[in-house]
Amino acid sequence: MSNRIDGMGRLLNRDTPVSFTFNGKTLSGYQGDTLASALLANDQMLMGRSFKYHRARGVVASGAEEPNALVNMGEGARFEPNQRVTTTELFDGLTAKSQNHWPNLNFDVGVINNYVSKFLPAGFYYKTFMFPRFAWKHVFEPIVRHSAGLGKPPTEADTDRYEHFYAFVDVLIVGGGIAGVQAALAAGQSGAKVLLVEQTAHWGGRAVVDGAIIDGKPAEEWLIETLQTLENMDNVTIRTRIMGAGVYDHGYALGYERITDHAPETNAPRHRLWRIRAKQIITATGAIERPLSFAGNDIPGVMLASAVRDYLVNWGIAVGQRTVVVTNNDDGYRTAIALKQAGLEVPAVIDVREQVQSNLAKQARALGIEIREGRAIASVKGGKRVTGVGVSIMQGTGGAQEEIKCDCVAMSGGWSPVVHLWSHCGGKLNWIEEHAHFAPDPKRPPLGDEGQGFVITAGIASGAMETGTVLQNADAAGKSAAKAAGFASKRTRVAKADDVATQVMLPAWILPTNALPELRAKMWLDFQNDVKVSDIQLAAREGYESVEHTKRYTTLGMATDQGKLSNINGLAVLSDALGQEIPQTGTTTFRPPYTPISMGAIAGEARGEIFQPLRQTPIHQWHVGHNAYMEPVGLWHRPYCYPRGEETHQEAVTREVNNTRQKLGLLDASTLGKLIVKGPDAGKFLDMLYTNMMSNLKPGRCRYGLMCSENGFLVDDGVVARIDEDTFLCHTTSGGAERIHGWMEEWLQTEWWDWQVYVANVTEQFAQVAVVGPNARKVLEKLGGMDVSKDALSFMGWADGILGGFDVRVYRISFSGELSYEIAVPASQGRAFWDALHAAGAEFGAMAYGTEALHIMRAEKGFIMIGDETDGTIIPQDLGLNWAISKKKDDFLGKRAQQRSHMASKDRWQLVGLETLDGSVLPDGAYALAEGENANGQRNTQGRVTSTYHSPTLFRGIAMGLVLHGPDRMGEVIEFGNIDGTTISAKIVDPVFYDKEGIKQNV
Amino acid sequence: MLIFECPYCGVKAEETELHAGGEAHLTRHGAGASDDDLKSYLFMRKNPKGVHFERWQHANGCGKWFHAARCTMTLEVFGTYSAQTFEPPAELVKKIKKKRPDWEGWT
Amino acid sequence: MSNAVSALEGASYQGFAQVREMGLQGMITLRGDFDNAIFKKTLKLISGCNVPALRELNHSKSGTVVWMSPDELLVLCAYDKAQVVTEKAVKQFAKTHSMAVNVSDARAVFTITGNGAREVIAKLAPVDMAAFKKNEIRRTRLAQVPAAFWVSDDDQITIVVFRSVAQYVFDLLKTAAAKGGEVGFIY
Repeated sequence: MSNRIDGMGRLLNRDTPVSFTFNGKTLSGYQGDTLASALLANDQMLMGRSFKYHRARGVVASGAEEPNALVNMGEGARFEPNQRVTTTELFDGLTAKSQNHWPNLNFDVGVINNYVSKFLPAGFYYKTFMFPRFAWKHVFEPIVRHSAGLGKPPTEADTDRYEHFYAFVDVLIVGGGIAGVQAALAAGQSGAKVLLVEQTAHWGGRAVVDGAIIDGKPAEEWLIETLQTLENMDNVTIRTRIMGAGVYDHGYALGYERITDHAPETNAPRHRLWRIRAKQIITATGAIERPLSFAGNDIPGVMLASAVRDYLVNWGIAVGQRTVVVTNNDDGYRTAIALKQAGLEVPAVIDVREQVQSNLAKQARALGIEIREGRAIASVKGGKRVTGVGVSIMQGTGGAQEEIKCDCVAMSGGWSPVVHLWSHCGGKLNWIEEHAHFAPDPKRPPLGDEGQGFVITAGIASGAMETGTVLQNADAAGKSAAKAAGFASKRTRVAKADDVATQVMLPAWILPTNALPELRAKMWLDFQNDVKVSDIQLAAREGYESVEHTKRYTTLGMATDQGKLSNINGLAVLSDALGQEIPQTGTTTFRPPYTPISMGAIAGEARGEIFQPLRQTPIHQWHVGHNAYMEPVGLWHRPYCYPRGEETHQEAVTREVNNTRQKLGLLDASTLGKLIVKGPDAGKFLDMLYTNMMSNLKPGRCRYGLMCSENGFLVDDGVVARIDEDTFLCHTTSGGAERIHGWMEEWLQTEWWDWQVYVANVTEQFAQVAVVGPNARKVLEKLGGMDVSKDALSFMGWADGILGGFDVRVYRISFSGELSYEIAVPASQGRAFWDALHAAGAEFGAMAYGTEALHIMRAEKGFIMIGDETDGTIIPQDLGLNWAISKKKDDFLGKRAQQRSHMASKDRWQLVGLETLDGSVLPDGAYALAEGENANGQRNTQGRVTSTYHSPTLFRGIAMGLVLHGPDRMGEVIEFGNIDGTTISAKIVDPVFYDKEGIKQNV
Repeated sequence: MLIFECPYCGVKAEETELHAGGEAHLTRHGAGASDDDLKSYLFMRKNPKGVHFERWQHANGCGKWFHAARCTMTLEVFGTYSAQTFEPPAELVKKIKKKRPDWEGWT
Repeated sequence: MSNAVSALEGASYQGFAQVREMGLQGMITLRGDFDNAIFKKTLKLISGCNVPALRELNHSKSGTVVWMSPDELLVLCAYDKAQVVTEKAVKQFAKTHSMAVNVSDARAVFTITGNGAREVIAKLAPVDMAAFKKNEIRRTRLAQVPAAFWVSDDDQITIVVFRSVAQYVFDLLKTAAAKGGEVGFIY
């Protein structure tokens, strides 16, 4: 059955039918339909189930405010839950499924909650799940988890692409109704750069639906002409399908563009998040009609009066054949008149006001529509669809009712300006008694970077209720925004329209006024979250006074629609229950986004390979080609090991360690930070940054150094090479180059700005290769070009030269305890140099090793690693590094803090080596147990493991750890705790396990 | 999202290009400092509701540190200035005083 | 050296704008006092240019100079000359507190060419690309990494990033320049 009316539907293209499916059933609509209008056209009024009671729900609204009609959209990699049918444009092949029911939409077992709703009052969770305590984990939580959540999470990765876009404008205008369009014209004519965005696919908003007359012609005609004018202006951009999602500090706004939601087969990104910086923002966001609270107001077929009108005018749909209109203001009459003129039955307009004599009422009477003044709907008949209403006097209890048969109820509770964007960044509101709504207070706008107001409202969003006033208000907004953005406004004509004289509304929050409790328990405020008038009243009786608390207690306005329909009504009911005025109660906070935006849009391009930067060395491709297992080190990607054939990682690491210790290992050390520090004060500067003395280092020599924060904690380490009198090269840890570079710049710029020092980060200028092992010298000699003998280049020396035709700088430093050269070449030749080393080294057993072999070898030598032995609370003294702390220097960063009583305490845990008695590997991070328990009943501790490995060299587990009075307890056996409660015995030993005398590195 | 004009390169930079560095115009107390001086240097920070002088670095930009005077309530930025100074410029102090007559002034 | 290769060895991609890795480019970082006579003389000697104005570039037959910060310039020259030119500057700077460092190998250079070049950048950098002038340099971030760029021709933008993130930046630019992603806001 079709509900289409011939000749109506201004947005439809009837020449282009569109096929789609709902719950597997193939249906058809037209191009220009939303999913909501297409479903209604197919007489599919039942669209979903409510969250708590699983009540049957139809569509209530026609736009972004829709609380009920949420569906699972799409399939597979394009599946997405909770999509509003009212903002989903229909396209060929669309698939939608209703959600929140089992086994199906028409028969839902969960509706049982509805019959026990008495036992699920406001705050049900808080009251029920308190006791007994054990029940939470075993009874309540499993049940709650099963029934929680709306829609289904997607199971496949999203195949679409998303992006951000940074736009800078003088004036951003949100909302493409006549107010936004008029404001854009006014601002554009001043010469300001204007961006006008509209969330739907169509311009014009309500005025074109309601047939307003502007400048003597239909609004639609005026709109087309004005949009054309705007299109022709170079400084104005107008875009549909972009929602103003949020307004943030200093003129920042987010626009959510849905590019391909209506055309999924195009090659464009699906959504684009516009990151807009505007000097001024105009919110021409219109208003949202409020529902009325009467028993059964959630039954499918009860809708906002404006939505009934939208479906009729925009999509040619008769939502019902017999529609009862219930209203507390004049606007409801527009729906009655439009329906009657379309040839549909309107058995009555129920108006809660006593005497209605306005023009619109007269017009309705003239059309033969009966108006019941001073009446209310006391109940709605029907289950999955309205079948009639019971009418009673407004000032009664709803006891005596007269029934009117109907299949649709159109309700109008007055209009609330959409103040969300105004409020996001602190714009304040005034309560307007006449219209019973909150409207922006232009005197208290959100403030920008210079303390200026940066948001202006336009049209009905300002509280201007009639067409003529809307246009004037919007024109003024456009001009003031342009002026505030630095553009002199031109004297331009404002479009004119007559205001329709209206009769004042009657704020009616509950129908009828003294409705009996059983009726109040069926008056829905929040349709999605099933919050009723009785719930708010109960909360008030239980002592909830703050609106923010009541919101969270009852979940009013906490659903995906964020209370767009329920907010004011809920506030009014709460205020009434508390016996205070609405402004005294205040509003809850409006937070962005205006409606939910996709996670894809938020992530933008940052997904998959470019989720985050992965830094690659010049040798990266070789590692990938040699089956390297990569690990992240900061943002770097480094080879952990290079498994061969069927090898496990452990086997590969063992092979790499043994080969390096016995023959020749090659390590890509390019990630090591390299900072050049140059200037007459460079030595003095480094003396302040390092704990040890650097100014007396001789050119040509290297020295290991430690850096501490001003709190005294160890933050980085590395080898410093003195290049010449004025120049040092400081190596940092792989993850630390940028941080330490920034640290140096900070001190030079903000504390010692009179010191003559420049720093340059040359980390990436060089590829660096560690050539390590007994055969290291042999391979270099084979490459030839410089003297690398012990005499020419001794341990802790460096030299520039040529090796195998490459310009190199060679450092004789060792992090493994073996004979070792770290060789830097320009990055662009890094790969060629690496290949040359492998070729020349083949006869000496050259083999690449990864970071795990590096770590094991340094641990065998007792060398600390920043991030393993340190965690931001460790001072060098804890690690037995007193030898690297200068006693001659007056000052260095962290020196004073290291003298604080707790830092100087003898009771700090200190570094030792640990050997398990059974040769096993201690668990990483395991605690050394001490006698007794602490105040929380936990076992006391006396130390912890900081590094732990299986040593292929010693064939046993070795570890380093921090232990109370550790260095004084050599040989003592202590216990370490396993996660399973068992313990492991380990002996305290010297942390240097291998070549204590350092003979091997110094050959 | 806040914007500050970098006094070194003139770019009106947004927060994602900047790095916040906390309270400005601290005095470093190093070797030989008393416990009280050390405590105030390392740990004690102003947390005013209103005018605040702070350090920012144009990290994703020219790399320079600068100072800013900002209202922590309204987020108004009164001005930005060189990091290489021990106190805010007199002109800026005057400007803030005019905008915030109740402000107790720079100390 | 003949075996020197750039990070992506000239990779390119054609979307609604063309993305190209430009191979090796000589680059020298100079730090010093822009008012210092020796500094100015050295700059002229090695690049043929004067110190550029705030956030601008200067060009001559022998090179280009880019303003990086109030005490830092970037000299662009042929890759194979960079080391020699750096050493020349270092020699000149012997009597003044200034710094010259060859950073040619630490960087990767890309161009984006075509009508949509500005929009490609505007998807990744918080910069008003509609107002971005020819000869203006901007240091900012490109998604999650630092970058510098300038308009090198009417429809071309040159981007400099660190070498280690060349692949990341190339992939970013490819994504931003993919066909169908035209925004139509900057033209």
